Amino acid sequence: MSRLLEVNQLRVQIETQHGTVLAVRGVSFHLDEQETLAIVGESGSGKSISVKSIMGLLPKNGKIVEGSILLEGKDLVKYSERQMQSVRGSDISMIFQDPMTSLNPTMTIGKQIVEVLKEHRKDMSKAQMKERALELISLVGISNPEARFDQYPHQLSGGMRQRVVIAVALACDPRILIADEPTTALDVTIQAQILDLMRDLQKKIKTSIIIITHNLGVVANIADRVAVMYGGQLVETADVRDLFYETAHPYTKGLLASIPKASEKGSELTAIPGTPPDLMEPPKGCPFAARCTKTMEVCRQYPPEDMLCGENHHVRCWLLDERAKALRE
Amino acid sequence: MSADKKPLLEVKHLKKYFHVGKNQTLKAVRDISLDIYKGETLGLVGESGCGKSTFGRTVIQLYEPTEGTVVYDGQVINNSLSQADRHRFTRKMQMIFQDPYASLNPRMKVMDIIAEGMDAHGIFKGQERKKKVIELLETVGLSEEHANRFPHEFSGGQRQRVGIARALAVDPEFIICDEPISALDVSIQAQVINLLKELQKRRNLTYLFIAHDLSMVKYISDRIGVMYLGSMVELADSETLFDDPVHPYTQALLSAIPIPDPDVEKNRNRIMLEGSLPDPIRLTQGCLFAGRCPYAEELCSKNTPEMKEVRPGHFAACHRVQ
Repeated sequence: MSRLLEVNQLRVQIETQHGTVLAVRGVSFHLDEQETLAIVGESGSGKSISVKSIMGLLPKNGKIVEGSILLEGKDLVKYSERQMQSVRGSDISMIFQDPMTSLNPTMTIGKQIVEVLKEHRKDMSKAQMKERALELISLVGISNPEARFDQYPHQLSGGMRQRVVIAVALACDPRILIADEPTTALDVTIQAQILDLMRDLQKKIKTSIIIITHNLGVVANIADRVAVMYGGQLVETADVRDLFYETAHPYTKGLLASIPKASEKGSELTAIPGTPPDLMEPPKGCPFAARCTKTMEVCRQYPPEDMLCGENHHVRCWLLDERAKALRE
Repeated sequence: MSADKKPLLEVKHLKKYFHVGKNQTLKAVRDISLDIYKGETLGLVGESGCGKSTFGRTVIQLYEPTEGTVVYDGQVINNSLSQADRHRFTRKMQMIFQDPYASLNPRMKVMDIIAEGMDAHGIFKGQERKKKVIELLETVGLSEEHANRFPHEFSGGQRQRVGIARALAVDPEFIICDEPISALDVSIQAQVINLLKELQKRRNLTYLFIAHDLSMVKYISDRIGVMYLGSMVELADSETLFDDPVHPYTQALLSAIPIPDPDVEKNRNRIMLEGSLPDPIRLTQGCLFAGRCPYAEELCSKNTPEMKEVRPGHFAACHRVQ
């Protein structure tokens, strides 16, 4: 598999009324061709800001202060807004949590798909565009595309709308599809349909997917590799099986322990005490030190380095240091 | 649930209809009957729009039922209750809401938010009121110093603790938890669930726990009811419901939950439901699930199935169930 996207040492700051939020603090990850990477984390962990940086869609008060985002070797951080416009939608597409707010309520769904083609595929004739739009509508599993072409978003159910959003995102065969909590607003039976669709589409059109979610069930369902974010940093990155079965970081362990398992009814859930750090004044050492059950003095003082504990398995935790061997269990 | 247990709350043929204009009626709750026993947790699950929240709100009389009765501890709860009886009832039943950002008045201090119920009932005044609030804050894992702060100074999980303290302030017996953890982060959800379980044990509380996160509902509930478009389709103790669901909708719903285990997840057979929820206003006759049911027969679109007891304590409304 060849490397498609590489994010290096990304730092993003957001200016607010109350001060500067260090939302992303030195994050590096990559995405290979045809792979699905899940980014997991709590609200405020910096996962959405990281992918919005890739899309060049940071809010006005947000700024990339350091790092590079290489799409097949070209650094998107250096791109002008104009250049980014040609990347968005054609090389990288994004789908959002709430399908209703990402569709234009006054435009038929057919027109919304054609709109993207008009922007990026100037070589296509009108008839070709319509044909392509119909093809996309049936590709995302909506029956009777001709009739649906002229319908408005409000005439569709939530699950159907999310399918339309996916059709719009796929219109120009993007290399990368970024999905920010694509199923969070949907019911569980519809969620299963959409996840199935995404997996199917990936096989058919060979895109790479970055999916942001907080649902570890969704991760287990769809991801090849997982990156766990906490306090603006990546704390653990691993292949999906390693992440679930060879979990190394105490935060990831805590997350997995705090969801009920079928077998353990009645026993108390292992909650992670405390709350995430304030990123206006991020802790000097490990961001998880204040909530970790195995905190050492070094954890509060120095940020842990990226350490390798298996093939493709990166962890930032002082417990993996040679000198902390005894504490590791 | 054993038969000798006396129900704390009996819901009989409860209906709640909303008029939505042009002579159209939305039947949000269609004829639901169930008992809730003292000290148990009854989970209520279903997809958005199935009427589970409306059911909870109608039970606690936030909505006036269109038809049917709610009997609490032997007493019928309705509009004709005397002021004194109504006061007694409202002390026994409290509610915890989904959104800890919307359910706390941003202009009130936590002290007054928690004490509002006590003030309304005229119990605990002055120093005693303060003492009680501090005691409640400690019960839910906060401390005295939080009493004089405003809601915006708290995180989501802490706000939900304030909401729980408020519900406990009048010493209720029965609490309706309406999606109490859906707005919280995963690592905080477990904290709140543990707190609710601990309080239940210590104070012998009875819960109606409404949620769409099925694994959490299974974890906390003794029995679970599954709702679809305003009707109860299956009701059983939680082990039975998860291990041996009989209603096709329950089966599909359970098979759709993504399980946080990659090996299990890759080898699962899902029952995929075709389509999505039909428009609840248009539905009139037959089984409401017939349009999406993989086993639907002619009978299903004609006759509405009744709740039948499949085995002791396990009820389902499906024509296929004998």
